[in-house]
Amino acid sequence: METASHSTEAKTNYLNADYGIKSWLLTTDHKRIALLYLGSITVFFFLGGFFAMLIRLELLTPAGDLVLSDTYNKLFTMHGVVMIFLFLIPSIPAVFGNFLVPMMIGAKDLAFPKLNLASWYIFIIGAGFILYAILTGGLDTGWTFYTPYSTTYSNSNVVAAALGVFITGFSSIFTGLNIIVTVHRMRAPGLTWRRLPLFIWAHYATSVIMVLGTPVLAITIVLVALERLFHFGIFDPRLGGDPLLFQHLFWFYSHPAVYIMILPSMGVMSEVIACFSRKRIFGYDFVAMSSVAIAVLGFLVWAHHMFVAGISTYAAMIFSLLTFFVAIPSAVKVFNWTATLYKGSITFETPMLYAFAFIGLFTMGGLTGVFLGAVAIDLHVTDTYFVVAHFHYVMVGGGVTGFLCALHFWWPKMTGKMYPEAFAKLSAVLVFVGFNLTFFPQFVLGYMGMPRRYHAYPPEFQVLNVMSTAGASILAVGFLMPMIYLAWSLQYGKEAGPNPYRAAGLEWMTASPPPEFNFDETPVVTWEAYNYDEIDGTKKGVEVVG
Amino acid sequence: MWRNLPLFPARASSMAGHVDALYFALVAMAAFFTFLVAALILYFAIRYRKSRSPEATQIHGSTALELLWTGIPLGIVMIIFVWSAVIFFMQTRPPKGSMEVYTVAKQWMWKFQHTEGQREINQLHVPSGRDVRMIMTSQDVIHSFYVPAFRIKADVLPGRYTTTWFHATTPGTYHLFCAEYCGTNHSAMVGEVVVMEPADYDRWAAGGVDGSLASAGEKSFQHYGCSMCHRSDAAGRGPNLIGVFDHPVLLDDGRTVNADESYIRESILNPGSKIVSGFKNIMPTFEGQLSEEEVIGLVAYVKALGNGTANYPIPVSEPNSGAYPVAPKAEGSAAKSDKTATPQPRATQATPVTPAAK
Amino acid sequence: MSDSETAVQNLKHHFADLEQQKATSTFGMWLFLVTEIMFFGGMFASYLIYRLSYYNAWVAGSQTMEIQYGAINTAVLICSSLTMVLSVHSAKLGKRKMTAICLILTLVLGFAFLGIKGVEYYGHWVHHEVPGLNFHFEHTGNYDPRHVEIFFSLYFAMTGMHAVHMIIGAGLLTWLLIANARGRFSSEYNSPVEMVGLYWHFVDLIWIYLFPLLYLISHHHNG
Repeated sequence: METASHSTEAKTNYLNADYGIKSWLLTTDHKRIALLYLGSITVFFFLGGFFAMLIRLELLTPAGDLVLSDTYNKLFTMHGVVMIFLFLIPSIPAVFGNFLVPMMIGAKDLAFPKLNLASWYIFIIGAGFILYAILTGGLDTGWTFYTPYSTTYSNSNVVAAALGVFITGFSSIFTGLNIIVTVHRMRAPGLTWRRLPLFIWAHYATSVIMVLGTPVLAITIVLVALERLFHFGIFDPRLGGDPLLFQHLFWFYSHPAVYIMILPSMGVMSEVIACFSRKRIFGYDFVAMSSVAIAVLGFLVWAHHMFVAGISTYAAMIFSLLTFFVAIPSAVKVFNWTATLYKGSITFETPMLYAFAFIGLFTMGGLTGVFLGAVAIDLHVTDTYFVVAHFHYVMVGGGVTGFLCALHFWWPKMTGKMYPEAFAKLSAVLVFVGFNLTFFPQFVLGYMGMPRRYHAYPPEFQVLNVMSTAGASILAVGFLMPMIYLAWSLQYGKEAGPNPYRAAGLEWMTASPPPEFNFDETPVVTWEAYNYDEIDGTKKGVEVVG
Repeated sequence: MWRNLPLFPARASSMAGHVDALYFALVAMAAFFTFLVAALILYFAIRYRKSRSPEATQIHGSTALELLWTGIPLGIVMIIFVWSAVIFFMQTRPPKGSMEVYTVAKQWMWKFQHTEGQREINQLHVPSGRDVRMIMTSQDVIHSFYVPAFRIKADVLPGRYTTTWFHATTPGTYHLFCAEYCGTNHSAMVGEVVVMEPADYDRWAAGGVDGSLASAGEKSFQHYGCSMCHRSDAAGRGPNLIGVFDHPVLLDDGRTVNADESYIRESILNPGSKIVSGFKNIMPTFEGQLSEEEVIGLVAYVKALGNGTANYPIPVSEPNSGAYPVAPKAEGSAAKSDKTATPQPRATQATPVTPAAK
Repeated sequence: MSDSETAVQNLKHHFADLEQQKATSTFGMWLFLVTEIMFFGGMFASYLIYRLSYYNAWVAGSQTMEIQYGAINTAVLICSSLTMVLSVHSAKLGKRKMTAICLILTLVLGFAFLGIKGVEYYGHWVHHEVPGLNFHFEHTGNYDPRHVEIFFSLYFAMTGMHAVHMIIGAGLLTWLLIANARGRFSSEYNSPVEMVGLYWHFVDLIWIYLFPLLYLISHHHNG
């Protein structure tokens, strides 16, 4: 195989192939659409972060003295809604999935490019509804919309927000549909399933979840809106309706949704760890299969969010057992990534630092999930800061770290520029340190009994809350710095060349930034994934241990 | 031993020690694996850094290792599952003979009713050394009854009863939190559980009340005309309720259900949903006419009828509501036992209580 | 336009050939229909759970349905699926005019369905059977009238969502008519007609489930 020739100024790429706002807003190029998503979700990330900042500032003191109770309730609700639906769910699939899936499989675009553009518009329209809800009084139901509070008692913009969530759900469904069909139907000649990068396996599994789970959220949130508008009564106990039915329907999507938020990051980890150890991933088949296992098992555990909600003891036992099962494939991945480092040749570029951070933080987050799966413990810690800490460890320590990792790894490919390595490494360290300082104390707070969604709290919880807020300010700096130096690099960064990291993968075999149709000629693949021995010229035999 | 470290709340119930033991075992397990992975990564990163390991060795994998690191975690989580299940069964099975406290939660306060008759708001007095079962409902949205020191939590739902139980061990005052977001003053829906020595509690419970919860229920039973149809003989238009509580009931569609608190509540508020075999669907619904507290009183009264600590009231000479004309039958009136004696005008001869005819 | 010309015209740049393009769009449409199953599935699940708990109320609600309208609508939709598949068949044979006729028939039948549904909805409004808005149910039996309101909530949600899908289908059919009039389809390239056909059949199939579940609960032919 050959690397493409170095991109010269004269050659056009997807960024300069056409100019003008219309060429961006009506593009069907998956790479441009990825950048449209990148811009939008970055704005939403900082909006959600702004809400988080206000929350942490309020929680510096036990009394609810910074904002009114209603305002606080809106802050944590909108932090959740914006971060989950407008940032995390799209994040890696809509940006890096869109950009890289066609390239990694040697295709010119996704299967349905117009549908891809429609997905972005649907996302923006849905976000518009949510922003409208925020600007005209806010939403205060919690991102979980529990009934009958959301349908009958809340005085906030439930319908607008619900419609916004409903609409953005379709963006997710169509992106997932696009990825699945693309991976099935548009692989380059010679690219068998077992030669695919693990990033593709992870996105395939994620897309299956998106496609099967999101419609259930859609119909559930429609029913909530109908109930609120027309007092339909499906979830209203005053009519004999069942509030638990809402919870079952809601969590049937929202549990698999957390795997939508973590699987893509896991795919990123495989790419990055292989590259900076200069080796194929240890146990490729097992890592690929674990992604599929997570997608399947993820649909079977939803009621572990409802252990104290009023479900029967036997139901709780079944869901607890299944929850323990779903932890195992993630553990398998962590061990395989660690084993990949063994006898590697390791360097510590920024993406690799984020990868190490991910493994540490995700391991902790995942293990604390095991605590929550043990019903006896869950009875004490559910609805407390223990849960808040757990899901921030996996969603931020896992999901956001994975996003930043991907951003730094593929930035040269997307923009043709390198970012300043020293600042990038510093940010990675700040994120890791700040994150732990913010959220580790919350495990202790939770076990001590501090409930979540509390505006004011008993004074004995103050010390840990102050620690948490202090950490958050460090974390904020760690998140802000990339905005600055990445923007700087667009103008002043060093030329990256097609493959600055000498990484394996078809996307690195074309120019940076890539040409409009990705490849001058469709590649024919005859090699295994992560063929670093061939790339580095160290090819001997491949050890098979055991 | 760790009492001075603010790592966990006071252990004030019989379950707290069990839960903490499992928790700290999990902490140890999680710490072990976290440090193991971190140590391995650190070691590999240093030992196999590029300057010391210029060439990577390609390793496809190892099925043996995969089985090992799948099997061992699986074994560990199965142990955790069984251990947790054992504790969980204890947490969800209140012992027989538990004393009961009824709870009505509403935005944004906790209302407690003791069977002895004491009512409390946001404060719950309980004795140490006794099993206490909470029977709870909400007037509006979902709340959650959470006492960290007892390591228990149970959501409180509108439209039905949920239960939890505890056995407090150490006298003291402990936090009570609402743990399910319920609106504006969710964080203010807090209270305290005051655990007293049993003797102190008994004194407190007996002091200055209007009568037991069951007797309040008995008054409702008369006031709303229940006693017109629910009598101790077979001639009543409604089933005899003496001895019914916590026993199986045969319904007209062939099902058998247990007459627990939820069944009694449903029978009052939605009587058409389950008809006792041999009776007609003529009971009017009291939905909207009774507060949750009144329903609780009635439930407590039916319970007392069930275990023989109460009896049917003597019917007054004129029906209260006028809705049900009464044709008194000679043998059809139930007598009042001495235990719940309240002076009533007696329209018919007192006859001994006949056991419930089923 | 000749067949091969339409083929070349309609081959998207990122596909190697029309065969790959067609296989891809077919897969995509089937996958989309799976998402639709999950979408309606939430409502079917809610229906089922409540039916098990409140069967008598479900019977009462179902018996107020005007079965003749439901039955006619079922026949209308089945016929529309027939005309739809005939339009696909004509498109595959390159018969533009026949394709147009069959598409128009399908559209007409679709509107007939929506019209009859509108009549039914009006009837429900007149009889105070619209939840939340004017619901008042004469309680004559062994059930709680509040549960009948839940039945009607699900009735309106399910048939309403179905009707929305019919309207979208009508839009798709109109688009096909326009494209067909412009000569976009031929025996080489006709997959959009087939894809819309799949969608239309699916929406029809949803109704086939809705009809007995909503109209025919405990329906006895009283002699």
